[in-house]
Amino acid sequence: MRLDIEQLTVRGIVEDITLHASDEVVGIVGPNGSGKSTTLRCVYRALTPDSGAVLVDGRNVAGRKDLARELSALTQESQVEFDFTVAEVVEMGRLPHARSPSRDRALVADALATVDVTHLASRSFLSLSGGERQRVLIARAIAQQPRVLVLDEPTNHLDIRHQLDVLALVRRLGVTVLTVLHDLNLAASYCDRLYVLDEGRLVASGTPAEVLVPELLAQVFHITAHIVRHPTSGAPQLLFDQEVVA
Amino acid sequence: MISRISALVCALVVSVVAGVALGPVPVPFGVTAELLRAALTGGVVPADLAGQYHIVWDIRLPRVLLAAVVGAGLSAVGVAIQAMVRNALADPYVLGISSGASVGATAVATLGVLQGLGVYALSTGAFLTGLGATALVYLTARTSRGLTPLRLVLTGTALAYGFSAVAMLLVFQAPHGEAARSAMFWLLGSLGGANWRSLPVATAVTAAGIAFLGTRTRQLNALAMGDETATTLGIEVTRFRTQLFVVTAGITGVLVAVSGAVGFVGLMLPHLTRMVVGADHRRVLPIAPLAGASFLVWVDVAARMLAAPEELPLGVITAAIGVPCFIFLMRRGTYVFGGR
Repeated sequence: MRLDIEQLTVRGIVEDITLHASDEVVGIVGPNGSGKSTTLRCVYRALTPDSGAVLVDGRNVAGRKDLARELSALTQESQVEFDFTVAEVVEMGRLPHARSPSRDRALVADALATVDVTHLASRSFLSLSGGERQRVLIARAIAQQPRVLVLDEPTNHLDIRHQLDVLALVRRLGVTVLTVLHDLNLAASYCDRLYVLDEGRLVASGTPAEVLVPELLAQVFHITAHIVRHPTSGAPQLLFDQEVVA
Repeated sequence: MISRISALVCALVVSVVAGVALGPVPVPFGVTAELLRAALTGGVVPADLAGQYHIVWDIRLPRVLLAAVVGAGLSAVGVAIQAMVRNALADPYVLGISSGASVGATAVATLGVLQGLGVYALSTGAFLTGLGATALVYLTARTSRGLTPLRLVLTGTALAYGFSAVAMLLVFQAPHGEAARSAMFWLLGSLGGANWRSLPVATAVTAAGIAFLGTRTRQLNALAMGDETATTLGIEVTRFRTQLFVVTAGITGVLVAVSGAVGFVGLMLPHLTRMVVGADHRRVLPIAPLAGASFLVWVDVAARMLAAPEELPLGVITAAIGVPCFIFLMRRGTYVFGGR
């Protein structure tokens, strides 16, 4: 499934963002306030851009419900106050689809198993640790059976093992993934391609090896970085100097 | 789930019969059941029971049924409003309806406006100013980005203070104490004015409102998780919240008009229900109104009997029963709405 963002502009925040993803894991990186989350919010329609378009499979999907059948999202929202069980939270992913109790139950069970939280099914969502919550929310996104998955910092609150687990899991799903990541080394390891945002503008795009070069990192993140090859995967990895670039 | 609902329906039927039988003039349970059966099936009432029949059928039954309707409606509205504004402290009155209605009711009671409407003056006055207040809250809270929960609650709370102040001013300016007393009584909730004519509108609006909410239980679940999450699950959040606003305001406005501002029910029954069945609105929404209906029937019985022949305001009793009960459940259980 193709996801195309065409000349997206939200006045004062992002300008003229064009981005494509097609059956691959695409990362958006950039400093705080560079417009990453705003771009994603336009994709999952929490925000209407001033101009530009978001096309799923080449179409501008009109209804929110129609979109929700194609695209699911993991947002940064985390102020839940209602005491739902884990299974209830995951089952919400079935909301945009026609109801079918037996099928829904099977899909919820599959999604729970996929992220390895079956044992938490009847636990209270609010009683979970940050990492468990994140995995449950990913299970909900999976239960939604999306063909495009949008993730806003999916590794937030996770320890390193679960960060790796979640990103490996996302890759295995085999759907088009658009994800914002803060950790550049994780982005380099798990994304097929990266887009770099700075001050609301797209400043680079390409494979991690093409994008993550010292000049760009100095210009965008104001850091001095050395690029090394990961000894087993061969992915570019960054080592940072302690001094920031003025 | 089905067994819970049937148990609550049975409890409600028993509560209604008991509510009709109990009162300052007790009518034996068996006689009450017999008279109700006769009335419903068109049987013959013996001449020596005519007095009791009048009490049962003309005075108590409409009042008990209205108590059930008001209890059910306020509980359902409380459930919907708490999800709509995602706030544990929200109740049907958080959007200013009851305080707005109190302006109309006190104006009728103390200034004698709308006297042309006779016995309907108080209800009509309360209904009109209640809905007027809600409309004002809606227009004030609305922004170009829609209705955000926090703005709704803050606007409703702020304007409620203003409306209450006007109502209080009217009470203190009242020319004679009796008017102030009846206004006060209304503010705390009473079913003393119930009769067969006050039932149809309240019942129809409440039933239609609960039916609407009953078709939106999964959407309420999603909304409770947050606006962005609900959006990604395919919900038009602003439109849905506006619908909820209109439905809950409509039910509350009608109920306040017939019973005054009965406190506690709409705040606590949703919480009590969640403590027992969990947060999923597919379970909460059928259970809370049924429980609320029985609850208010018994509250009204207490209101009639505790200080007979005087009547107590419902709000005093709901608080006296509900607060300890709620604190007990909250301290005992693992309930977490509102954070750990």
